Amino acid sequence: MLAIPTLIGVLVASFLIIHLVPGDPVEVMMFGANPTPEQVAQMREQLGLDQPLYRQFGSYLWGVARGDLGKSIQRQTPVTSEIKQRIKPTFQLTFAGMGIAIVFGFSMGILAALRPNSWVDSLAMGAANVTVAIPAFWLGILLILLFALNLGWFPATGQGGGKRLVLPALSLGIGYSAIIARLVRSNLIQVLEKEYILTARSKGLVERVVLFRHALKNALIPVITMIGLQFGNMMGSAVIIEILFARIGLGRLLVLSILQRDYPLIQGVILVFGIIYIFSNLIIDVLYSFVDPRIHYA
Amino acid sequence: MVSALLCIRLSYRKLEKMFFKSGMKKKIDEMSQSHSRGWQGVKDSLVRFGQNRAALVSSFVLLIFIVIAIFGPTLAPHDPIKIGIGPRLTPPNKDFLLGTDQFGRDVLSRVLYGTRLTLQASIIAVVVAAGIGIPLGLIAGYAGKWTDNIISRFIDILLSFPGILLALIVVAILGTGLGKVQIAVGVSLIPAYARLVRGSVLSAKENVYVEAARAGGCSTFRIATRHILPNVFVPLLVLTTTAIGWAIIIATSINFIGLGVQPPTPEWGADLGAARSYLGVAWWPATFPGLAILITILSINLIGDGLQNALDPRLKHRAVIEK
Repeated sequence: MLAIPTLIGVLVASFLIIHLVPGDPVEVMMFGANPTPEQVAQMREQLGLDQPLYRQFGSYLWGVARGDLGKSIQRQTPVTSEIKQRIKPTFQLTFAGMGIAIVFGFSMGILAALRPNSWVDSLAMGAANVTVAIPAFWLGILLILLFALNLGWFPATGQGGGKRLVLPALSLGIGYSAIIARLVRSNLIQVLEKEYILTARSKGLVERVVLFRHALKNALIPVITMIGLQFGNMMGSAVIIEILFARIGLGRLLVLSILQRDYPLIQGVILVFGIIYIFSNLIIDVLYSFVDPRIHYA
Repeated sequence: MVSALLCIRLSYRKLEKMFFKSGMKKKIDEMSQSHSRGWQGVKDSLVRFGQNRAALVSSFVLLIFIVIAIFGPTLAPHDPIKIGIGPRLTPPNKDFLLGTDQFGRDVLSRVLYGTRLTLQASIIAVVVAAGIGIPLGLIAGYAGKWTDNIISRFIDILLSFPGILLALIVVAILGTGLGKVQIAVGVSLIPAYARLVRGSVLSAKENVYVEAARAGGCSTFRIATRHILPNVFVPLLVLTTTAIGWAIIIATSINFIGLGVQPPTPEWGADLGAARSYLGVAWWPATFPGLAILITILSINLIGDGLQNALDPRLKHRAVIEK
C-alpha cells in the first residue's frame, strides 16, 4: 500500500511547515504587534515550540489521531471546528465541478471519437485546446460578466448550492473537461479499432450497445485514473474559485490563514487537503476492479 | 560495433589505456549521441515542426510576446503605474486602446509591462524546477537502491499535493511577494521533472552503449551527463514547454488571490484580481489581461504539441490518434 508511506509523508510535511519558516515563526506570526518577551514566550509555549522536535512531532501525531489540530492563533478557535464548518462547501464545489467536467468531457470526447478527423472532431478538439489554456479564475470572470451581469441568469457571488453553484462549478469544471475529452477521444478511437468491436458489430448489435457496452467500458480505465488524479487538482483550483466567487470554504480559509500567518490553521488545512488527495487516489484504485474485473488486489 | 565493445568489456582493464589514446571514449560518446539522432535528427525535426501550421503560428505569436516582454517599456504608450493618466474606468477608445482601470491607468500599458513579469516568473520557476528536479531524477534513476527509494518517497510526498496547493504551501512558509511566488511555483513543478528524468534514466540505463561507456572507463558523472541525459532531452524539452504553461497558470492564480506581487506592480493575474471588484462597471480591465494569459498559454501548448510530434516520430501514430 503506497498510501500509508505517503500519508506519513503528508503528516511530516504538514508538521514541518511551521519549522521551515525562515527565522523565528513566533516573531513572524506576531510581526507588527510589538509583543513583549513574555507574550512571545507564552505563544511559543502554546504552540509547543519550546519542546524538542521529536516531542513536538509526537504530540502533533497524538493530536491528529484524536482529531485535535490545535488552536487558531487569530480566531482562538479549534482548527478542527474551523475546517469542519468549511469543508462541505469545498466538497460541494469540487463535486459539482467534477460532474460538469465528466459530462462535458465525455460528450465532447465521444462525439469526436465517433467521427475522427471530421469537423465535429476538429471543433471539439479545438475547443479543448482553448479551454485547457484558460485559467479557471479568468473563465470565472467571463462567466460572471456574461451570465450574471449581462444576462442576469445566475447570481455573481455567494454561498450555497443550486443556482449559486452553477457559475463556480462551470469555471472549475470546463478546463478539466478538456483534459477528459482528449483522453476519452484517444482511448475510444483505439478501442473502436479492436477486433471485438468488429465482432460485436458483425453479430448485429445496435451501434448504441456497441459503443456503451463494449467500447466505452474498455476505454474507461485510463479515464478513471485521470479523473482520480484530477480530483485533487480540482480541489486545489477550488481555492482560487472560492476567492473569486466569495464562497466560504477551505480554500478561502487557507488563503486567509496564509495572509494572517496563522500557522496552526495553515497546517490543519494542508493536512486535510493531503488526506483528501490520498483518499481520492485510493477510491480510484478500488473503482478499477469494478470497471475491470481482470484487476485484482490481494 | 556493439558486440566488439562488449568483448572489450571483458578485458577492459588491459585495454583501458589504449582507448584513451585512440579516442575511443569520444567515439562511445558519439555513439550514444547518434542514438538520440544527432544533427541530422535535429534538422529532420525542424522540418517536421515547420510543417505543423498551428505550431508555427504559435511560435510566431510567442515571439511577439517575447519581444513585448523585452521592449514593453518602450512600446507602452503611457506610464503603467501613474495614477490618473486618464479618467477612471474609461472604455477602450483611441487614446486608451484597451481603456483605463479604476485608478485611471492605461490598461494597454499595464498589459504590455505585465508580459515581462509573467514570462519572467514562469521562466524562473521552470529554471528552479529543472535545476532541482533534473539532478534529483538523474541521481534517483542512476544510483538506484536506497538513494532512489528516498528520493522517490520525497517526490511522492510532493505529488500528494496538487500543484497550486504545493505552491501555496511554499508561499505559506516563505511569505508573500513576487520572488517568493516564483520559487513556490518552481517547487510545485519539481516532481514533474524528477519523475520524468528518473523514468527515462531507468530505461536508458539498460542500453548497451551505457554498458560500453562504463566498460570504456567513463566516470559515473560522464555517463550520466553525456550518455544518459541526451536521451532524456526530447521528453524534457516537451515537458518544459508544458511546464511554462503550468507555471503561468499557477503564478497568475497566486497573484490573482493577492498572495504574490503587490500593487501597483503591473502583472496579469494581479490586475485581474483588482479588476474583479469593478466587474459591474467595467469589463475591459478584467478581460484583456486574461486574454493575454490565454493567448500565451495556448501558443505555448501548441508549440509543445508540435515539438512532441516533430522530435519523436515514434509517437506519430499516437499523435494522429490524439491529434
